[in-house]
Amino acid sequence: MKKSVRFYSGAELVGKAAIDAGCRFFGGYPITPSSEIAEYMSVEMPKVNGTYIQMEDEIGAMGSIIGASLTGAKVLTATSGPGFSLKQENIGYAYMAEVPCVICNVMRGGPSTGLPTALAQADIMQAKWGTHGDHPVIALTPAYLEEIYELTIKAFNFAEIYRMPIMLLLDEVIAHLSAAIELPKKEMLVIKDRRKPTVPPEKYFPYDTAYGDVPPMANFFEGYRYHVTGLSHDKTGFPTTDPDLVQADQERHLRKVKANINNIIDYEYYQMKDAEVIVFAYGSTARAARVAVDNARKLGIKVGMMRFRVIWPLPETEILKLCSKAKAIIIPEMNMGQLSDVIERYAADRTKILRINHVGGVPIHPTDICNVIKEAI
Amino acid sequence: MAFEYEKYLRMDKIPHLWCPGCGIGVVLKAMLRSVENMGWDKNDIAFVSGIGCTSRAPGYIDCNTLHTTHGRALSFATGIKLAQPAKHVVVFSGDGDATAIGGNHFIHACRRNIDITLVVVNNNTYGMTGGQHSPTTPIGYKASTTIYGNIDPTFDICLLAKAAGASYVARATVNKGKMLEKYITKGFEHKGFSVIVATANCHTQFGRKNKMSDPISARKWIESREIPIDKARNMKALELNDKIITGEFISEEPEQTYWENYNHPIHEYTEAYQRIREKAQAQDKH
Repeated sequence: MKKSVRFYSGAELVGKAAIDAGCRFFGGYPITPSSEIAEYMSVEMPKVNGTYIQMEDEIGAMGSIIGASLTGAKVLTATSGPGFSLKQENIGYAYMAEVPCVICNVMRGGPSTGLPTALAQADIMQAKWGTHGDHPVIALTPAYLEEIYELTIKAFNFAEIYRMPIMLLLDEVIAHLSAAIELPKKEMLVIKDRRKPTVPPEKYFPYDTAYGDVPPMANFFEGYRYHVTGLSHDKTGFPTTDPDLVQADQERHLRKVKANINNIIDYEYYQMKDAEVIVFAYGSTARAARVAVDNARKLGIKVGMMRFRVIWPLPETEILKLCSKAKAIIIPEMNMGQLSDVIERYAADRTKILRINHVGGVPIHPTDICNVIKEAI
Repeated sequence: MAFEYEKYLRMDKIPHLWCPGCGIGVVLKAMLRSVENMGWDKNDIAFVSGIGCTSRAPGYIDCNTLHTTHGRALSFATGIKLAQPAKHVVVFSGDGDATAIGGNHFIHACRRNIDITLVVVNNNTYGMTGGQHSPTTPIGYKASTTIYGNIDPTFDICLLAKAAGASYVARATVNKGKMLEKYITKGFEHKGFSVIVATANCHTQFGRKNKMSDPISARKWIESREIPIDKARNMKALELNDKIITGEFISEEPEQTYWENYNHPIHEYTEAYQRIREKAQAQDKH
């Protein structure tokens, strides 16, 4: 039997997985280091009767995917740091109007133009707080090529299940990495689709909480003729300034993720059984951390790693548990401590947090992490 | 027989939020009459808008309606049209929304010549936010941000649209509802990107600061400056300063045989993209 093994780059795998998840609309704008995703989609989307469009700017790219999603299409855009900033207003719109979409950000150094061609994990916080106002957030941080495929499909499923924008955070190393990999068979994939209304149009409300925190979503042009706005709205979709309704709606939005946190959090333990020192890592930095853990183990140090495949929301219960028992937690990041700041709040005085923060665009070397592990004991 | 606007309106959302005597109502009526002229099914139409007084219009129309972010309506509309090319997509915008914050989307929607109809209600000001000056506030006029007189030169939205590649461009004023209806209907019929500019009064904000604070005087000011395009062709640029040229600026149907004839630059975008799909799929088979 023919095995589907071939060379893929990380960027291609985002596109490949998106198409396998059912994505049929890509709106983008060129930006390093994410452009390869757009290039791949420009070739592949027309083959599957999908649409690729290069919009006039990042803002327009985000707008175009929201429009397409409202017609029922699964949609993707890809960008990098500064482009992600430009998209933020319309990302907020997608949260408010509850429009499923996936935003892939191949992170680069910032602020501003920063380091366009170098490695960084600079947008961990932008993914959470980039747009104004309160909203739930789901952000995935794959570290391996196979995982890019797996988590991209998961990102589409989350978008459909929770009716919201999903952040897929890559870094330059894994987006540009190429290797021969074997993809799972199509029949093994679990693909989710948004819940559509079962009631007739006259009984349909686009934000009807009678169906739970994630209301069924009708496609445009299928007879439902409803209204969508970025203004605070009631269940009919029309603007409201009623304080109680606005409050309840905001709380429902946050509940979509909070109440389902156990279905969303995703992490991996490595060498954790007897670990006294724990490395928290994500993305390509976790690859270096894994080698560091192996090397430190050879020296007899009881060290393990918790790797976040989903960085938002964090597995709070598990983190609190580890903070209570670990001698030290080491957090290597290609930023100035965006995750470390959050973990420090969990840790309080229960354990010490040791940070490794590189923003020069060069990967964190396993030795850098191993040295801190040695310091920690 | 009186036209039944109720057929196309969400009557439970009426009364609307516009000021008494506002020009937007005339444009909305012309738009609904045009929908009737086309015989379109309400389920097949998406009305899309950005932010501003004009952008509240879709909320009153009983179709698929989308009230987006400031200036971005055309980008959302582009996504809708490309995903569902057989459906009708109409964008309702204002002068600030379409040509200031949304200027980039405006010129690029024109350039692509995608089969969307854009109606821009030009009232020379940002009405909703309190009457600040817009890209169409005439020089010398007052706005809440130009109390010493505006020095920012204006855009002529029709010339801008034509230069950027829109294949149907027309302008009428709210003093002539029938003319507006005719142009909007032609825009709906047209295959390609259509821009219809409706010159409208905002007596509440713009008028109040410029000695025409009632609808009648504000509309008379518009009337006094209107020049039909045929007459304008024989006038000097200086004479046309501060005038409102009305009529059709361009009306060019796309060339269906584009793919065989690269020399003809006009094609409709969703049709051209369908050719791309066919080409990609044919190559994929080999």
